[in-house]
Amino acid sequence: MARNREAVVLLLDVGPSMHGVLQEVEKVCSMLVQKKLIYGKSDEVAVVVFGTGETNNELQKEVGGYEHVVVLRNIKVVDGEATDTLQNLPRGTVPGDFMDAIVVGIDMLIKKFGPTNKGKQRLCLITDAKYPIKDPYEGTKKDQVDAICQQMKAHGVKFDCIVYREPGAMRTSVMDENDHLLDLFSKRIVARTVHVDSPLSLLGALRTRNIMPVTVFRGDMEISSNMKIKVWVYKKTSEERFPTLKMYSDKAPASDKFATHEVKVDFEYKSIEDPNKVIPPEQRIKGYRYGPQVVPISPAEWEAVKFKPEKSVKLLGFTDASNILRHYYMKDVYIFIPEPGNRKAIVAVSAIARAMKEMNKCAILRCVWRQGQGNVVIGVLTPNISSVDNIPDSFYFNVLPFAEDVREFQFPSFDNLPSSYHPSEEQQEAADNFVRMLDLAPSGRQEILQPDFTPNPVLERFYRFLELRSKQPDADVPPLDTSLKMMTEQSPDVFSDQKLLIEFPKHFELKENPKKKKSSRRAWREKPSLSNEEVSAKDPTASNLLEYSSDKKVEKIGNQNPIQDFEAMMARRDSSKWVRKAIEEMQNYIANMLENSHEQDAFQKAVECLKALRKGCIIEQEPREFNRFLIELKDKRKITNLANFFDLLLSNKITLISKEEAADSDVAEEEAKNFPVKAESASQ
Amino acid sequence: MDLDPEGIFRDDSDSDDEFYQEKEASKELVVYLVDASPKMFAPVPTDEGGTKETHFHIAINSILQSLKAQIIGRSYDEVAICFYNTKEKKNLQDLSGVYVFNVPEREWLDRPTARLIKEFSSIEESFMSNIGSRYWIVSGSRDNSLYNALWVAQALLRKGSAKTVSKRILLFTNEDDPFGSISGAIKSDMVRTTLQRAKDAQDLGISIELLPFRRPDEEFDVSIFYAELIGLETDEIPNFLPSASDKLEDMTDQLRKRIFKKRKVKTLTFSIANGISIEVNTYALIRPTLPGAIMWLDSVTNLPLKNERSIICADTGALYQAPPKRFQPYKNEIIKFSVNELSEIKKLSNNHLRLLGFKPLDCLKDYHNLRPSTFIFPTDEEIVGSTRIFIALHKSMLRLRRFALAFHGSSTHPQLVALVAQDEITSANGQVEPPGMHMIYLPYSDDIRHIEEDHMAADDNASRATDEQIKKASALLRRIDLKNFSVCQFTNPALQRHYGILQALALGEDEMPDIKDETVPDEEGMARPGIVNVIQEFKNAVYGENHDQEEDESAAGRGHASGASKKRKEMTEAAAKESSSRDWEELAENGKLKDLTVAELKNYLIMHKLPVTGKKETLISRILTHLGK
Repeated sequence: MARNREAVVLLLDVGPSMHGVLQEVEKVCSMLVQKKLIYGKSDEVAVVVFGTGETNNELQKEVGGYEHVVVLRNIKVVDGEATDTLQNLPRGTVPGDFMDAIVVGIDMLIKKFGPTNKGKQRLCLITDAKYPIKDPYEGTKKDQVDAICQQMKAHGVKFDCIVYREPGAMRTSVMDENDHLLDLFSKRIVARTVHVDSPLSLLGALRTRNIMPVTVFRGDMEISSNMKIKVWVYKKTSEERFPTLKMYSDKAPASDKFATHEVKVDFEYKSIEDPNKVIPPEQRIKGYRYGPQVVPISPAEWEAVKFKPEKSVKLLGFTDASNILRHYYMKDVYIFIPEPGNRKAIVAVSAIARAMKEMNKCAILRCVWRQGQGNVVIGVLTPNISSVDNIPDSFYFNVLPFAEDVREFQFPSFDNLPSSYHPSEEQQEAADNFVRMLDLAPSGRQEILQPDFTPNPVLERFYRFLELRSKQPDADVPPLDTSLKMMTEQSPDVFSDQKLLIEFPKHFELKENPKKKKSSRRAWREKPSLSNEEVSAKDPTASNLLEYSSDKKVEKIGNQNPIQDFEAMMARRDSSKWVRKAIEEMQNYIANMLENSHEQDAFQKAVECLKALRKGCIIEQEPREFNRFLIELKDKRKITNLANFFDLLLSNKITLISKEEAADSDVAEEEAKNFPVKAESASQ
Repeated sequence: MDLDPEGIFRDDSDSDDEFYQEKEASKELVVYLVDASPKMFAPVPTDEGGTKETHFHIAINSILQSLKAQIIGRSYDEVAICFYNTKEKKNLQDLSGVYVFNVPEREWLDRPTARLIKEFSSIEESFMSNIGSRYWIVSGSRDNSLYNALWVAQALLRKGSAKTVSKRILLFTNEDDPFGSISGAIKSDMVRTTLQRAKDAQDLGISIELLPFRRPDEEFDVSIFYAELIGLETDEIPNFLPSASDKLEDMTDQLRKRIFKKRKVKTLTFSIANGISIEVNTYALIRPTLPGAIMWLDSVTNLPLKNERSIICADTGALYQAPPKRFQPYKNEIIKFSVNELSEIKKLSNNHLRLLGFKPLDCLKDYHNLRPSTFIFPTDEEIVGSTRIFIALHKSMLRLRRFALAFHGSSTHPQLVALVAQDEITSANGQVEPPGMHMIYLPYSDDIRHIEEDHMAADDNASRATDEQIKKASALLRRIDLKNFSVCQFTNPALQRHYGILQALALGEDEMPDIKDETVPDEEGMARPGIVNVIQEFKNAVYGENHDQEEDESAAGRGHASGASKKRKEMTEAAAKESSSRDWEELAENGKLKDLTVAELKNYLIMHKLPVTGKKETLISRILTHLGK
């Protein structure tokens, strides 16, 4: 742990122009601290803000200058305080000078560590770099950057810089100058500067978790037995997982102060013949399935016969990039970099990568990463041409499937589908426009929702909840952060032309398949407010009134979908007679059903219909119709055996419609509530 | 159950995600119905003109391949192998001309076993003597072997309800006109009854698929008879009717495409815009195949064991029925979460696919990948009009070279996905790539590592290849070109070996099979002078003329500098010399060993390659043991 201990100084611009995104800055920085609290408990963090009215830093006290830079927290091992500090950043009042902040940051690191801890120190600057920085006392600004870089290099300080600017903001010469100065850093030292233009990307731009990458393979990439290139292989992508949470036992009494609250998990293997007999581990043997048979094999036997390829990375050949379709990539991605410092390897990789790029080719490799791996990997090597001068060219490597991994299902060719499945010319044009306009990579703006700057919303939510819980033990799961909503919904501020979203669907007609209606109670047009569909899935009556009616004009209540038919009829506005007719039809329908069947399922259906009728009568202000009908039913009960049915009504809370629900009713609320109960007691 | 006990198929980060485990939706019953008429045994010249194969041979071999694939991939499916136009008969109804092939300890329609595969693989040798070939439908004969065959197959498939089980008959024949040799009323009668038989089977939910062979210089004309038998007028079949073939690879290929019935993973709602949604089905076309689950057995009885997991409270010893709460230590506190809260955290939106917008294809980088892709294809089953919108978007995306970015709100892994439109690609053997979209799971910024930047050369610029070097590399690329590389041309050697061993053990064979590893590079091809030259030229261009020499020198230099091994050698020699000057037997005998110094004792140990650690007493006792005292 201590070996990878990292010290980070966060340099945060809190000047007035940054106020709009300070919330996001607060969030992403507290995330960084939170992850350290879990994965890097001995890491150290300092917080420096600039652009404040006040000044508080050691350099100012010692040599003067460096105004408007405040050290909120000195370099200390992470603790809860750090998150508190970061969640309540001050709102500054003056334009910040990021260069001053950088110098303060470096000064802090040098004072704390001196010549030690090289390569494990990081400065993270978040700014909009909109305002000019002060001229140095001597030399040019460029000289100043050079001097700073000298210091950073000498002390092994890494530099991360995130520049936030709103999209479409006017570029000024000041910005150009600042950007140029910041770029100088990445040319001189180990530094990374990224520009982001949305709050969401800002959340994704900072590396919040410090993972020491480990090589998957170091050694020769063999072009042939005679020609080898020294490479190191790393994972380029690897899913950051949801933290594995341990199980907690709350069985121990609260009074027990020494309770461990631990949970043990026991595995027991029991004989099938005698379920009470536990078979000890030494009496167990592994069996592998082969068809219906199970073949027992001891580990030693298995070891003797199993597939044992030699560790190696070998070229099978090159092929046209078009032979490898993108969807065959199987796994997370590897990166092959030439052995660091090995000039020959760097040149060899560069030559092949650039030739591949020019000729649009890729290479097929066979890889066995480790001795004793037990399987081989076939994959495709694609070039990664570096655009930065001091980063060598490299390759990406994607695993490809074996013959056994592919299911060759056959699908109908689009051309052979019936013509009703094909879009008309006009529809096709609408689709073309839609695809063209709903553009997430517009020119003059950064690509929106680029994976490289898009944080995992689940993790974000988890860490926020964790922090919340640590303060309020009974807090609920917070909703998804607003700036992250951009990735779960079409975001209105992304598309200038809102008409588009409305226009496109108008060209197409969708309707529910009537034959399938019964099984699918899904509403395909969701109400905008309804984000969870469960409501409509559970309750058949909640299927959308308006949508259904707009499809066809319903004139009768059919057996298939009485409720929808009823609702559709109620919603018809072409004549007032439909409401009356709908209520009448529904009443008859329910009465029929009850008379002709005494089975439970019919009752259930009748209850649903009655519910719909009740709802409809309230909406249409026809409470008397419903109440009269229900009382009639009650009276009928004496003839037919409907006692169970009234029990169902009770449990479904179907009562008479009260005055409160519909003014025309002449039933008081109390009476309405008591109705079925009364009926029940009266019958006994 | 542990899916991959040895970790054979896990290299670094494979998850135990349910994503990879296909649901066993339904099982499949298949009857392979093979025409064994004399025509099937007529030799067919292969392309090379040399060896002659028979259609029967091709049919047997392709079935064998698919049985082997089945026992690995879907061993719970059941198969029966049935020949018709045979001399002998063996079937439930005792109909003539139909022979159901089987091995002991197996029902006629049952899961494939090692023994079935074994015996089936050698069936050709004894076929003529045991089963025999005879064409029954001739004038004057009242027997209709095709009719009988369909009847037998249908009877075999009587198992299981059509709702949960899919039932198929795969028919191999090279006779496009089975009733050609007869005429008149008998013919029309036979045709009618046979078609009726097939229709009855289809009405029972059995699908009949035809795998026709083409005879030399003669096309297989489906329209004569079989079109009606397999019900060609239904809408999907015309797309899928395989072209007749006479080659083993083609037939194996076609059978492979058909042997796994298309199964959808699920139906997704795909929200397009403004609250409008269509429906799409998802299919797992590419998933890593792992060796089957292992089972723990009682080594005494060889009976399977039942695995029971119990969750016990360490404080009270109480058993948990439901999974207990989870916790995360945080700021010296314990923060607890209920299982519901955890799933709520992961639930970001409903389980929809929500379109966010479109991007040019080059925004999808090679490193934007985490898991195997999922295929999506539209369905009008519930929402009429879905396919039309899908096709319109599909066409536009292809034409404008864009992919769609969407959010997939699954309950375990809500993720951004890229939907890449794929146009249909066909070859002579049918569909190679189906039309539709592939859903590619994109990483988040948290998942992407900045390896290149971590190895940034801080001071100087990284070397780049010169144009000359790139030119040499281009020559290399052109030379070592895999022309017709197809992604899945290799079988997985580890998996093949795994099952090869199992098959041998299941059959009690002593010899372990020799599985060819298809993935090793083509050494022979690489050794061709043209290629060797071009590699050498490239090597000289990037490494310089004297590379090997330099390497040797630097290796030798390393040898000097480290010299650890050399030193060790010297030490051993010295020790041997030193220790051999003493008579150890005698010293031990007289108890004089303790008079020697530790260094002197160690000499003996070094000479005999024994451990030299421990105290003096330990060393002495070690020497004594070695001397056998």
